[in-house]
Amino acid sequence: MDADAPFLRFWAAFRENRIALVALAVIVAIALLAVLAPLIAPQDPYDLGRLVLSDARRPPGHVGSGGYVHWLGTDAQGRDLFSAILYGLRISVLIGVAAGIVAFVIGATMGATAAFAGGRSEMLIMRFVDLQLSLPAILLALVLAAVLGQGRLQMIAALVAAQYAYFARTAHGAAATERAKDYVEAALSTPLPARTVLFRHILPNCLPPLIVVATVQVANAIALEATLSFLGVGLPVTEPSLGMLIANGFQYLLSGRYWISIYPGVALIILIVAINLVGDQVRDQLNPRLKR
Amino acid sequence: MSAPLLAVRDLATHFFARNAVLKAVDGVSFTLDAGEILGLVGESGSGKSVTGYSLLGLIDPPGRIVAGSVKLQGRELVGLPTAELRALRGRRLAMVFQDPMTTLNPVLTIAAQIRLAIAAHERVSARAGRARAAEVLTRVGIPDAARRLDAYPHQFSGGMRQRVAIAVALLNRPDVIIADEPTTALDVSIQAQILTEMKALVSELGTALIWISHDLAVVSALASRILVMYAGRIVEQGPTASVLRAPRHPYTSGLLDSLPARAEPGAMLRQIPGLPPTLAALPPGCAFQPRCPRADSLCGMAPQVTLTGVRGWRCHHPLDGGPP
Amino acid sequence: MTGAAGPPFIAVTSVSKHFDPQLSLGERIAGALGGAVETRAVRAVQDVSLQLARGEVLGLVGESGCGKSTLGRMIAGILPPTTGSVTIDGAPVMSGGRHPRKRTTRVQMIFQDPYASLDPRMRIGDALAEGPVAHRLSARADAAAYVAAWLRKVGLDPDAAQRYPHQFSGGQRQRIAIARALAMRPDVLVCDEPVASLDVSIQAQVLNLFLELRRALSLTMVFISHHLGVVRHVSDRVAIMYLGGIVEIGPAASIYDDPQHPYTRALLASVPQLALQGDVVATFTPIAGELPSPLAPPPGCPFHQRCPLAEPRCRDQVPEMRPVGPQHAAACHVLQPG
Repeated sequence: MDADAPFLRFWAAFRENRIALVALAVIVAIALLAVLAPLIAPQDPYDLGRLVLSDARRPPGHVGSGGYVHWLGTDAQGRDLFSAILYGLRISVLIGVAAGIVAFVIGATMGATAAFAGGRSEMLIMRFVDLQLSLPAILLALVLAAVLGQGRLQMIAALVAAQYAYFARTAHGAAATERAKDYVEAALSTPLPARTVLFRHILPNCLPPLIVVATVQVANAIALEATLSFLGVGLPVTEPSLGMLIANGFQYLLSGRYWISIYPGVALIILIVAINLVGDQVRDQLNPRLKR
Repeated sequence: MSAPLLAVRDLATHFFARNAVLKAVDGVSFTLDAGEILGLVGESGSGKSVTGYSLLGLIDPPGRIVAGSVKLQGRELVGLPTAELRALRGRRLAMVFQDPMTTLNPVLTIAAQIRLAIAAHERVSARAGRARAAEVLTRVGIPDAARRLDAYPHQFSGGMRQRVAIAVALLNRPDVIIADEPTTALDVSIQAQILTEMKALVSELGTALIWISHDLAVVSALASRILVMYAGRIVEQGPTASVLRAPRHPYTSGLLDSLPARAEPGAMLRQIPGLPPTLAALPPGCAFQPRCPRADSLCGMAPQVTLTGVRGWRCHHPLDGGPP
Repeated sequence: MTGAAGPPFIAVTSVSKHFDPQLSLGERIAGALGGAVETRAVRAVQDVSLQLARGEVLGLVGESGCGKSTLGRMIAGILPPTTGSVTIDGAPVMSGGRHPRKRTTRVQMIFQDPYASLDPRMRIGDALAEGPVAHRLSARADAAAYVAAWLRKVGLDPDAAQRYPHQFSGGQRQRIAIARALAMRPDVLVCDEPVASLDVSIQAQVLNLFLELRRALSLTMVFISHHLGVVRHVSDRVAIMYLGGIVEIGPAASIYDDPQHPYTRALLASVPQLALQGDVVATFTPIAGELPSPLAPPPGCPFHQRCPLAEPRCRDQVPEMRPVGPQHAAACHVLQPG
């Protein structure tokens, strides 16, 4: 491939920051663990029939009845925490990324279309977005999750509804800037259809700020999902996500059985911090003002 | 001959990029007398602006002045501590930029900017500061200056802003003003006004002026002497009339020939072939040789400067001078 | 070249363009409550009419804010006129209605800044093929060869198709922009300051390219520039604009050698000209005063405040365009029709 393709130039610059590179490696490792969880995890935490109550609330290092070591201990139902965390990460990453992608597509299209169309439609769309941005995302997601009920799709829908507005606002700002540039005028004066100009020229050039927002929003979506699950309006109990694992262990925190809450919490923090570190470097590399 | 006001010798400013050293200014020498107007002409990448910035010590990393000397009335400026350079800037040496907003602060009124510029070098009361401000603004041709002191830069037109920037530069009556393409962004009628005023001002105040521009006609309207730069070096210098009417370097001659004013309307222009030099990949020897109609094997070696009286050029195969 | 029989090839008829200020809701409320909000429209172009014959090059000259770019954009079908019409061969360039669209590929535009006028994320080959493929000037399968042919015509290596805009210099990018416009097989090219951002030595190359292409493709061109020397060099006829209107129009030679309008004269005198003889190397004379704001153009003749010849009637009566020579007209009260 051409060494001057925009992506390769970006990657060459991205590599220079060692911390971001480590964070990216962590994300890749977590993603691999999440995807391969069924192969790695010693236990299937969803299979309630395999859980042994005598193994419940055992500290890290305990050798359970399954004959393997519970490296991170077990929870109140006798689930191996390491396995539960892997499966929890799987759900968290899946939901965070899915919500991020859907919110990206909806928000970016809305924002860019508004900027491109201008006039009354722009005003209507953007006022609606502003209105939504003035409400706390957690409140909106909480209400929606409660109304929609439990389940993965419902959760993704709630997260998308809470987050697309950030993409819309970013895309609107970026597209309004691009809209005024000569290459857009050149495309319009060819003339090319408005749809082509919007999706082939304007949106691709709005990608840098949107990608930055996307990294932040995926991290936020994961945190938000964990929060909702912690509050009990998230995923069903049969599919414990990280938030629910934390919530389940919460009552034992003060009785010395710290591991039930702490380890899922640590996993969540590592994931979110890693995403944010990568996001910071992406932002620094994509910000035209910091270009040397 | 008395000692020059400003003497630049073998000045070299290099930029250290990731995998290359860009020799933006590579061995520039010239002198400037008190009250003289010197034109510095070149295309993008010629090093004309970097030369100007180097004189003021305004080179930021990854750039650095790597060699040479800049002497202002015998005092060496290269290597001076930042604090001392800052004390000189504005007082002895001042700069006018292409974009006046480089100088002006958008959130301060004109009066406040000028008062701050005065206060950088002397103590002044608010009232005296205002009076001085009104005076310098009138001098640079701003009508009704006293009434416009409390305006903000955005309330001025581009030409008026550039006048304010010039007023700030003139404020402490510096010995040298370095002007980097100050009229390039302005309309021709405003450019003509500023050129006229600038010429009158420097002769009245006895300030020397280095006018950096890509436009030969503008420079020759102002300067008594011209330096032509190409790829970090001065390739030709001399009195304006002599350089323009009897260029010795093929590059100067090519530049003049490519002006539409020199050709029959509608006829092909005598263009210089090729592209302006990229500093990262300069040819060995004379940097102009790939575009030069007179180049031969000798040009693989860098030509030395030939000096005859007031004229100088850097070429193995100069054109016939003809009558100056 | 001018004054061909039949309807004019390009007809610009009483065209005006007003830009209303884009007010936010807050600004509108502030304005309604008597705040200092600018609600006046910018009258960028005011009642301009002109015609171009096929194959003619018209230079549009003026200072910033005179409306030359806006007029050019209306001719190119990028901006719809507020009133008036632009037609090529009798057909309007833009459709009417509430959302005017450009309807023809016969007129294409070249922009000033070759860095901004190419999509930074698109390979040159894709950028050049896009329009011709969309308008069936080239089949998708033949697009690569079609693009290569146009790149060659503007003096570039066909390999350029594989690269991105940032890999080219300003002059090369302007050639690419020219190739992109020409690949649409236009009859008319509107060039907005096409050499203003280029180095002097590159300007000559690009101007030569325009001259060559114009002959080879018998193009009609509107050449917009503030640079009087450049315009004279490429134009058959020249229109001088001031504050949204044309003040003088005529054959290039008459305009430059025998300017009539006081503004044209002052503008020509304000450009430093290199003199080949004499003690003075370059001469120029500035115009007094500043351009008035296009928000509040002065009544009467727009130039009267800066005009050395202004009479009392110039302050309240707008001068009409009147012939002052063969195909040469100017809008000035003081001039005697000749």
